Amino acid sequence: MKTFNYTITDEVGIHARPAGQLKKKVKELGIKAVLGVDGKEADVTKTLQLMQLGVKKGQTVTISVEGDNEEEAAVALEEFFKENF
Amino acid sequence: MSKCISGKIVYDGIAVGKIYYYGVKASVVKRSKIDDANAEIERYKKARDQAIDELNDIYEKALVEVGEANAAIFETHAMLLDDDDYNDSVYNIIETQMVNAEYAVATTADNFAKMFSEMEDEYFRARSADMIDISERVIRVLENRKEDEGLTSPSIVIAENLAPSETVQLDKSCLLGFVTHQGSVNSHTAILARAMNIPALVEIEIDPEWNGKMGIIDGNEGIFIVDPTSQELDKYNKKLLEQKEKQQLLQQYKGKETISKSGKKIKLFANIGNVSDVAAALENDAEGIGLFRSEFLYLGTDDYPSEEEQFQAYKTVAEMMAGKLVVIRTLDIGADKQVDYFDLEKEDNPAMGLRAIRLCLTRPEIFKTQLRALIRASAYGNIAIMYPMIISVDEVRRIKDLVEEVKKELDAAGVGYGKFSQGIMIETPASAVISDLLAKEVDFFSIGTNDLIQYTLAADRQNPKLELFTDTHHEAVLRLIKMAIDNGHKEGIWVGICGELGADTTLTSRFLEMGIDELSVSSSFLLKVRRQVIEGD
Repeated sequence: MKTFNYTITDEVGIHARPAGQLKKKVKELGIKAVLGVDGKEADVTKTLQLMQLGVKKGQTVTISVEGDNEEEAAVALEEFFKENF
Repeated sequence: MSKCISGKIVYDGIAVGKIYYYGVKASVVKRSKIDDANAEIERYKKARDQAIDELNDIYEKALVEVGEANAAIFETHAMLLDDDDYNDSVYNIIETQMVNAEYAVATTADNFAKMFSEMEDEYFRARSADMIDISERVIRVLENRKEDEGLTSPSIVIAENLAPSETVQLDKSCLLGFVTHQGSVNSHTAILARAMNIPALVEIEIDPEWNGKMGIIDGNEGIFIVDPTSQELDKYNKKLLEQKEKQQLLQQYKGKETISKSGKKIKLFANIGNVSDVAAALENDAEGIGLFRSEFLYLGTDDYPSEEEQFQAYKTVAEMMAGKLVVIRTLDIGADKQVDYFDLEKEDNPAMGLRAIRLCLTRPEIFKTQLRALIRASAYGNIAIMYPMIISVDEVRRIKDLVEEVKKELDAAGVGYGKFSQGIMIETPASAVISDLLAKEVDFFSIGTNDLIQYTLAADRQNPKLELFTDTHHEAVLRLIKMAIDNGHKEGIWVGICGELGADTTLTSRFLEMGIDELSVSSSFLLKVRRQVIEGD
């Protein structure tokens, strides 16, 4: 398992549209990824679950990646977070 | 009998036409037992896929009609319908309760909507409506109903509430305006109304019986008239015609430079009171923002706005204006405004009380928070800070000391900022009279005529009985303006007007003669004033 932290800079936080794109991205990478914040977690492919966390700007989230090539996948995912959140 | 109802203005303008009631589609879903859960799930999946296809089609259509930013919602809706938890919930209800798909979808929608509606953040709370909206679509497909195509002639659309997918699907050529009960100034409907440039009102209780009657939206006054009298119809048809003519006439002044016949170039800026006002300013060709009132950040909240909140607002406007000057006025309130958390003592004469800069200098901690936000925002555009209600040189020096303090603190913390200028409002007779001294201290003057008139004429502007005695063109006021302009120019600084007189086109030529450099007016007056500058003598 590979993990990384990311602090949200997007004004609205983890909102619907990029959350939906995140799901696509994770499926593309063929991995399992879980996002944790303040002791709560959500599978990032479950958009509604993810939105229910209500992650706002300034919060730091931890993303755990599991699967083949998880090193590379984690790097790609971190890049995605930087671009979209 | 005509009926006249007041509402909240979302987008201004006039509309006259037949009323079309867009009925609530919250179809009453019946719960019925089924025998074959798998077949029911298949029926659901088919309907859901069709709903997703529909949404993708609407997305494509909206992309062309209202642009990417407004269309994005439909792509999002399609993605939400594809969500695992949503679908699992529907399957689960069908299987365990052996009920029809319509009921399972409606229940799932309610559950998710409730979850979102209980969230703290406003953005996430608003997603509640999205859950209902996407589910209604699936239910409609399940029930084999076509989408409402009832709007076939130009009409004023009234509804309890309009979902984004509903607004964009209405035939645009038939839309004269919106009136809804729910919906806020920031709702999707409001954004679409602005994008479509049609008047819209909210917070009006809708009666379905109005369907088919004549209606009038007065989006300038915030009034909706049902079943107008023939006099009212005449009056508004005339206004409508005037509005159209004016718009056409004024449009030709877009993109032109604001230069008078004698070759004097005027900076034509807009007054705004909120971040969302920037759109109208740009649309009407503002060359900058001459007065950004910062009070909106402080009013209607329970606590002082944070530095971050303020910073974001100032930065957004600076970025949207893309290098054009943005003059932001620091807090201008007093005991006459209801801001409980300031805990202001009641005053007998708040207009002459502890207000504006006096309040800021009395409570420097509040003022410094605002200054920090402003100075930080200067890294993102061309910002000028303007101080209201100045009467002395000493005040200006104290402010400048505070500004230096803030800059040092930011430097120490390694927080960056850009260049910014500082100016004052000339709105007290005192400041106009000593404008020769004040001009040495600041980068610009902006004359606030509303207060300058009330203080010079000793006539309370809130008291309607004094209108008779309040000559806004009083020679004393005009002389003070001239004095400020001359004294400003002696020190090489620019002088503008941001009060209502700035938009008074009967005075434009006079101001030009006096040598005014800038006029800042409400967005709706921009082109009118430009025409006066260009065409006037």
